[in-house]
Amino acid sequence: MAPALDGPVQAALVQYLLRLGDDRLVLGHRLSEWCGHAPILEEDIALANIALDLVGQATLFLGLAGAAEAAGRDADALAYLREAIDFRNVLLAELPKGDFAFTIVRQFLFSVAAYYRLEGLATSSHGDLAGIAGKALKETRYHVRHSGEWVIRLGDGTSESHTRTQAALDALWRYTGEMFLADDVDATLVRAGVIPDLATAEPKWLAQVTGVIERATLAVPPSGYMQRGGRTGRHTEHLGIMLAEMQILQRSYPGAKW
Amino acid sequence: MPDSPDAITEFEARIAAGETIEPKDWMPDRYRKQLIRMMSQHAHSEVVGMLPEGNWITRAPTLRRKMGLLAKVQDEAGHGLYIYCGTETLGVGRAELVDQLLTGKAKYSSIFNYPTLTWADIGAIGWFVDGAAIVNQTMLAKASYGPYARAMVRICKEENFHKRQGYEIMATLAAGTPEQKRMAQDAVNRWWWPSLMMFGPSDKDSPNSAELTRWGVKRKGNDELRQRFVNLTVAQAVAIDLKLPDPELRPDPATGDWHFGPIDWDEFSRVVHGDGPLNRERLAARRQAHSDGEWVREAASAYAAKHTAAAAPAAA
Ligand SMILES: [Fe+2]
Ligand SMILES: [Fe+2]
Repeated sequence: MAPALDGPVQAALVQYLLRLGDDRLVLGHRLSEWCGHAPILEEDIALANIALDLVGQATLFLGLAGAAEAAGRDADALAYLREAIDFRNVLLAELPKGDFAFTIVRQFLFSVAAYYRLEGLATSSHGDLAGIAGKALKETRYHVRHSGEWVIRLGDGTSESHTRTQAALDALWRYTGEMFLADDVDATLVRAGVIPDLATAEPKWLAQVTGVIERATLAVPPSGYMQRGGRTGRHTEHLGIMLAEMQILQRSYPGAKW
Repeated sequence: MPDSPDAITEFEARIAAGETIEPKDWMPDRYRKQLIRMMSQHAHSEVVGMLPEGNWITRAPTLRRKMGLLAKVQDEAGHGLYIYCGTETLGVGRAELVDQLLTGKAKYSSIFNYPTLTWADIGAIGWFVDGAAIVNQTMLAKASYGPYARAMVRICKEENFHKRQGYEIMATLAAGTPEQKRMAQDAVNRWWWPSLMMFGPSDKDSPNSAELTRWGVKRKGNDELRQRFVNLTVAQAVAIDLKLPDPELRPDPATGDWHFGPIDWDEFSRVVHGDGPLNRERLAARRQAHSDGEWVREAASAYAAKHTAAAAPAAA
């Protein structure tokens, strides 16, 4: 285990790890809904692969959150026995999967942001966190490539695919700002030297995302109000329904082993 | 070379000598047709088989189970893809094969027309359905057609893993709470007989068996494979204290086999001919995914046509 941190720093670390874990659990769950229903068999495989990576990362981050919290909750308890108001994922992750364009554009917007965050976290002074981030970074590189290639193909494909992809981008854009919000949790951990300052992640993200959007012959949506709330448990209505499905067995049979 | 009697004699001599037939080799038209039918049916089964299990991915009870199931269903997609590619070596494209599935011209394994009602069904499918598939595919790994045999060798390794995972789910439930044990037993009751039907009708009633055996595609009869599966499974059920739903099940000292009761071939034939519990839903789900994905496939080809020089766009 990492050396003991001060109480408030430890509490911030737990929150931070929950955010990392919940983003991946919720998005991985959404992606897994495609399994068996993708446009081509190759995408059934690719989307399942990304979903597996994300749920795997979530398991590691939530496991570390549980250990840091030291209240006897493991990754499963955190995933299956918390209410929607306790989840800390960005709203972007919980939106229903939509059409293939929506899923792909969301994945791309998320993965690029995740990439720059993980790149920073891989240098964390917290050894366990740095280790998980380093592993996740490698997986995320593939997610960026795969989803980015599809954004370009769909944007620069047919007029229908172009229209659908632009619509997805327009619908999702207002949820992107939340990925870069830094609050007291981030500030506390930066001040304590646990994580590096990640202020450059957003401009890096914007540059890369803009490059792909342009190659895809799409337009970057105008900037406007950015939706937020997930980091403090203020979610959309979609999350509760998703959790009702995801948690059904753990909720129905308390204490059972599976 | 024409499809002359001499050519067929020579072809059958090669098979009798244990040689493997490769895509460029001459083969009787009928051999090609039978293989296309069998391999594509196998590929379709892998793909339709994603649906009953996919049904529980979003409800898997732990993170480990969720990943295990996702990985399994992903493997099945891989099997489908791999066998479609193998079928293409016989000169028929994937789009045409998929079309045959969606129009109902081609069949897939009837087992996937049954519903997954509880989490225990995920265990039962891995244990029985993948278990039966292993028995069948171990035999097919010696099939005379090279691409099919090689696909089976590779796929069988993963099926073994699926079977272990399914059995482990069942063992966990059987050793769990009374409700869990009830779920497990109920799943066994529902999946046992359809799993025995997976091997197909008795060889004497199986229209394709004789020809497939003569050409070395099938090395063992349906009944022999079914018996092998029963013999393997009985002890596994005993070990985790679940009962196979067959009052006639008993060891036969004369043969060393487990004797089992009569199979309801009326049910089998009903499900094969479209009146299983979920035939319509399964096909409808495949058709829906295919038509929802049409614009994506069109976009991919349009993009490829515009950018023939660069194979894949670099995004990162
Ligand atoms: Fe398979
Ligand atoms: Fe399998």
